[in-house]
Amino acid sequence: MSLLEVSGLGISFGGLRAVDGVGFTARPGEVTSIIGPNGAGKTTLFNLVSGVYIADAGAVRIAGREVTGLPPHRLARAGMARTFQNLRVFPQMTALENVMTGCHMAERAGLLAGLFGLPGSRAETARSREAAAAALTRTGLGALAGREAAALSYGQLKRLEIARALVTGCSILLLDEPAAGCNAVETREIDDLIHAIAGEGRTVVLIEHDMRLVMRISARILVLDQGRRIAEGAPEEIRENPRVIEAYLGAHGAAEARAAHA
Amino acid sequence: MTLGPGTRTFLVFAALVVLGALVFPSSFFYRVGTLVWINTLAVTGMVVLLGYVGLVSLGHAGFFAIGAYATALLPQYGVPSGLAMLAGAAGAALLAALIGRPILKLSGYYLAIATLGLGMLIWMVLSKEAWLTGGPDGMTVTGFSARNLLKSVGITLKTAEAWYWLCGAVATLGAVLAVNLGQSSAGRAFRAIHDSDVAAASLGVDVARAKSAAFVISAVYAAVAGALLALANGYITPDAGGFMHSVELVTMAVLGGAASVYGALVGALILTALPQVLTVFAEYEHMVLGAIMVGTMIAMRRGLVPALAGLLARRRAARRAGRLARRVS
Repeated sequence: MSLLEVSGLGISFGGLRAVDGVGFTARPGEVTSIIGPNGAGKTTLFNLVSGVYIADAGAVRIAGREVTGLPPHRLARAGMARTFQNLRVFPQMTALENVMTGCHMAERAGLLAGLFGLPGSRAETARSREAAAAALTRTGLGALAGREAAALSYGQLKRLEIARALVTGCSILLLDEPAAGCNAVETREIDDLIHAIAGEGRTVVLIEHDMRLVMRISARILVLDQGRRIAEGAPEEIRENPRVIEAYLGAHGAAEARAAHA
Repeated sequence: MTLGPGTRTFLVFAALVVLGALVFPSSFFYRVGTLVWINTLAVTGMVVLLGYVGLVSLGHAGFFAIGAYATALLPQYGVPSGLAMLAGAAGAALLAALIGRPILKLSGYYLAIATLGLGMLIWMVLSKEAWLTGGPDGMTVTGFSARNLLKSVGITLKTAEAWYWLCGAVATLGAVLAVNLGQSSAGRAFRAIHDSDVAAASLGVDVARAKSAAFVISAVYAAVAGALLALANGYITPDAGGFMHSVELVTMAVLGGAASVYGALVGALILTALPQVLTVFAEYEHMVLGAIMVGTMIAMRRGLVPALAGLLARRRAARRAGRLARRVS
């Protein structure tokens, strides 16, 4: 049974149909990947699913409940969390505080309790601090907890965003190019991390350019080109699909690849 | 033992209040000191709005004036001054809540202009409705004496000293509350919005509600500061709600460093006390002030306090590195 169901989603920017009638489903405990050439509409699709953009067609359902058009903070409460392709960390906060912000939904103390520093508010902050520290350790950033986020490397910030999304307690996690700018060792670590996250029964949707990573950890793959879905299936099906090869290499390149293979 | 940020703020502010009282030679100094604490309180509200959330308001003097005029007007109808002050704060909060929702959707200079309009509107009402407010000449404020209040608890001080202690205490309280807020769930949400409202929303933060809350809190700070000024001075004019005063509040926050209450204090101190010192230079006063502001913004864009704190941290790190190098060699 799929937890996240997306059907017929579309949006136009000016005259350009950036995403056109795209649908997919994602199941708990699995990694569903979205691939496609640059400009295929992958990140736009993420922005539609997570409520940053308002779709002009289609629907999004979480566990059968229609959530189309809900603002991002309501979707977060419905169990959706995400990371961003062009990093959206909080640079003026420490790494730990960044992740603590992910605990916002679990925090119940009101504004006045915060102003007067009441024991309930303090205890809650202490709990969030522990949860955040655990998430940092899990993503390999434990030693950097007190460091200002602005001082972290690109690869570390990518993982910081994952830690921040994880502590929300999300059931659906959208990861936008988590391995971009990472070296081979870091990519391997991200691979293991994503595997473990899915292993907890969370629904992971992944946008990634590193094909080896995608082929290794995905249960299903959705391929986009120019805003449209051109293929969907298991990794081995996608690898052999002529339309996919064509989209990536062009018609001419695909013919050459076939010739080289033969 | 390490002290919590709230406790540390309390100790620093309380120590400075006491220090002022120890070194001030005359009532004149106490009066300037009182002004510094009142401005610090108002600027602390700007720290919450501008420093934490990153919203610019050019109309906060309007809320300041609402607090001041409520404290001036209501006692004429038999309301005790303390209650009038609370009513002013509540009125400012209500107006901020009502007007906040629609205008906080705006960002950057659109928001600045919208709040500017709000401030102008309040200033205009105070200037034109002379039957109620006395118009541009202002009105006298009576009905409360800090000296009598302190006398009732057994402390006998001169009037100027009594106001200094009272305003210093309220400013200290205000700073502690703001620091507590910064360390709380709401404060983290505020600072997250400052850096990326999209990311904050993706974590479940209701951005519109959080902005509105910060706007209301900062309006209450301004209103309480306005009430204290009205009472301490014994009179109030519409200029307290004027555009120049709004600009002053933002300038103090930015000069000192909008992200911290210590910045609020330093900004308020410099822009309140320096003009008094510079009166010696008469016509050059505004030039010197302007030069200081331009210089600070060029050399230390984050404000004086964060820049100096960064400098200290770097020197300490360099010394540590030096010691380490000597031990290795």
